[in-house]
Amino acid sequence: MWKWLHPYAKAERAYQLCNTLLPYFAVISIVCILVGWVWGLAFAPADYQQKDSYRIIFIHVPSAILSMGAYSSMAIAAIVALVWQIRNAELAVISIAPVGAAMTAIALITGAAWGKPMWGAWWVWDARLTSELILLFLYFGVISLYHAFEDKKVAGRAACILAIVGVINLPIIHFSVEWWNTLHQGSTITKFDTSAIDPTMLWPLLINILGFAGFVGVIALMRLKNELLRCEQHRPWVRELISRG
Amino acid sequence: MQFASFSDFLAMGGYGFFVWLSFGTCAVILIGILVSSWLEGKGLKKSIRDQVAREARIKQAQQEQNL
Repeated sequence: MWKWLHPYAKAERAYQLCNTLLPYFAVISIVCILVGWVWGLAFAPADYQQKDSYRIIFIHVPSAILSMGAYSSMAIAAIVALVWQIRNAELAVISIAPVGAAMTAIALITGAAWGKPMWGAWWVWDARLTSELILLFLYFGVISLYHAFEDKKVAGRAACILAIVGVINLPIIHFSVEWWNTLHQGSTITKFDTSAIDPTMLWPLLINILGFAGFVGVIALMRLKNELLRCEQHRPWVRELISRG
Repeated sequence: MQFASFSDFLAMGGYGFFVWLSFGTCAVILIGILVSSWLEGKGLKKSIRDQVAREARIKQAQQEQNL
């Protein structure tokens, strides 16, 4: 059943797959982010309570969702790398971490810029904000642990273990607004219930989420290509690829 | 269009600073990581190309010595 997957454990096939997928992710992210930003900034109606300041939602929510989505995919790759000893999955872990950290940073910064006018404070030590900050440190931990070892086999294993251990933070972030009394508002898009948001605002939000997801894909694929080249730079297929220009 | 004029659009009903601060830093971070990933790949390819050329030169020099 899983046999079709096996060739992609080979670096060359994985590299080709990255090249095939990249244009699709690139088109999705460029189109959706452009449409989503223009729609969200200029065409979506103002909120009855928060007026125009709520427009930050169109980047805050997508980046927050993707900060957790990227972490989940990184942790899945880490499990694959540890259980089946597949080095490409290890490289995927280290390729996803930087863009995940970027998403977390965007979520925190836009959250601060939204918190100031609405709550009157850039930062509060609230459960949601604190757990998201810990997510940022987990990403930093994975990246720096990988670069702390000369031996990349040991480095990959260490980074993978930290990535898996850090998964415990994801449910904490998600449920933090329910488990504790927080300043942070509850979720806007609920999966099983009708949304707490009007369709005229929901559509640009969904488009932005798709755009950010595409962007995470683009960066992860670009960085995975780099890591594959770096690891395999003495192999004939890389030499051939380079000499072809 | 929700705004009557371009200056209205920039003002964001008085929240302009916060809205543009968010979208500005977001754009900077997105473009930053995109450019840095791209440059990394470019530099990597160049260093591999240099290495290949260097090995070719060494090989050639050795062959000339043996003649």
